[in-house]
Amino acid sequence: MELPVISNAAIPNSGCRSGATADRGALAHLPDHIRVRVQDHPCYSEEAHHYFARMHVAVAPACNIQCNYCNRKYDCSNESRPGVVSELLTPEQAVKKTLAVAAAIPQMTVLGIAGPGDPLANPERTFATFRMLSAQAPDIRLCVSTNGLSLPDAVEELARHNIDHVTITINCVDPEIGARIYPWIFWNKRRIRGVEGARILIEQQQKGLEMLAARGMLVKVNSVMIPGVNDEHLQDVSKIVKAKGAFLHNVMPLIAQASHGTYYGLTGQREPTQFELQALQDVCAGDMAMMRHCRQCRADAVGLLGEDRGEEFTLDKIDAMEIDYGAAMAERARVREAITAELEMKRALKAVPKFEEAATREETTTRNLRVAVATKGGGLVNEHFGHAREFLIYEAGPGECRFLGHRKCTPYCMGDESCGDGETVLGQIIAALEGVEVVLASKIGFEPWNGLESAGIRPNGEHAMEPIEEAIRMVYDEMAAAGKLDTVVVDTVARAA
Amino acid sequence: MALEIVNACIGCHACEPLCPNRAITAVMKSGQPLFAIDANKCTECLGDHELPQCAEICPIEGAIVDEYGEPLNPPGSLTGIPFALFEQIREAECHR
Ligand code: SF4
Ligand code: SF4
Repeated sequence: MELPVISNAAIPNSGCRSGATADRGALAHLPDHIRVRVQDHPCYSEEAHHYFARMHVAVAPACNIQCNYCNRKYDCSNESRPGVVSELLTPEQAVKKTLAVAAAIPQMTVLGIAGPGDPLANPERTFATFRMLSAQAPDIRLCVSTNGLSLPDAVEELARHNIDHVTITINCVDPEIGARIYPWIFWNKRRIRGVEGARILIEQQQKGLEMLAARGMLVKVNSVMIPGVNDEHLQDVSKIVKAKGAFLHNVMPLIAQASHGTYYGLTGQREPTQFELQALQDVCAGDMAMMRHCRQCRADAVGLLGEDRGEEFTLDKIDAMEIDYGAAMAERARVREAITAELEMKRALKAVPKFEEAATREETTTRNLRVAVATKGGGLVNEHFGHAREFLIYEAGPGECRFLGHRKCTPYCMGDESCGDGETVLGQIIAALEGVEVVLASKIGFEPWNGLESAGIRPNGEHAMEPIEEAIRMVYDEMAAAGKLDTVVVDTVARAA
Repeated sequence: MALEIVNACIGCHACEPLCPNRAITAVMKSGQPLFAIDANKCTECLGDHELPQCAEICPIEGAIVDEYGEPLNPPGSLTGIPFALFEQIREAECHR
């Protein structure tokens, strides 16, 4: 039975389909053969990313454009923005590292090249890496991200290496707007500035997108939301890239701090609030499937999304490892099968009974509720509030709940006894939870508990180790029964005031 | 007549494959710029390209200078960052 597509304006009463199945909903417009290809991909599927791991290798240092949100002095390990890496690898080293990680983490299914420059501006290094890996670990899927400038020239070669996921960062389709994002591009042996440069870049991006789509390759589009520059424009971008064959549009927030030394950071261009980001994602999702759980990984990130294990796999550590590559590949196949079976079972369980339940809820008049969840993965409420580096945000309605996105934060307690900056950090967490009314965590300490409460957010530690969507459903039903979610709401108004 | 790469170079490799004379190589010695131009090979691209290729693609202001030490990409020319903010940038440089 086909699940209905999640609508964006109002949540239909079609049964609780949060997290896991929301993916199916969000990807429902896709042809079956494409959906099958992405539903187990850790970067595309909210459900799969709890189970499968991906890694990026930094083999591509050069870039052929400048973006106002990027500082090319990227070699800084304190950063966790995209495009930031600390260890540049040769293709040989990258292959060695990938095989070592894939042996240690059998959930490894995807290898990406994302930077720190533009992979297609470094075609020799990028393609050498792909070539060696396809030969030595044919079970690992390959992805590449690009700004698109050299994409049309690379399509032929990409197709030859059988790389089926390409991500293009497209921030605009209007050169005037582009000129405010890209100060220059390098094209035809010269630096081209302003509107002219942006126009060429946009043309190349669109052409590359069409060429990939024509070959049946999966194309994802990333956009950086820059308030006052392209925020409204991104709705048009969404429509256009979808029409040209992108299967997913991922809107990410601008990251711009003066300390990053970027043009935007230094000139005071502000970042979007979490609230603005979600609002834009909601509008754009009306046009196409959106990816909500993107964690903007570093270009050399290793491991499950949101959990970076790069430290374990530095070059000298890898050299010391003894690896049986054949056994590792067999182990990966086994683990993959087990996970796929588990995911299948979960999907099947969720798809069945909820529809009847929905019918009885037809008349409800309760409003939607935003809930933040602290989780380590596995779809459970299983992280302490104080340890959470991010919260997953869900919106629950009378009939269902859906995953909205994640919000990053500095953990309240960094693990030392004192929790030194507790108070200021808590303030930041509360700001990041704008719009959220309930926080679910496996445990919440006394002090943050009080802080959350006085900010109008209900802390809740009663659902430790329970599946996220079931916990949310219980909280929602409880609050609804207590009359706290009646459509005329005093609660939120009071909070906003 | 030759260009020179100075300490500001971040070693991004962008210039190296573009040189028509293969004058640019990575340097593995600490204390020296990450890339270097062989002054005997560099022609400033004369006869091959209209503009010196390394300086056209280099993303770092001040990394490539001419024989008088003048940067081909002076401060602000690539990033558009106003001069007054350069102090701030210096503070932003990441010290590990
Ligand atoms: S100016 Fe031209 S010839 Fe000289 S190093 Fe740069 S690219 Fe090579
Ligand atoms: S392009 Fe500039 S920063 Fe990059 S390696 Fe060459 S001189 Fe250094």
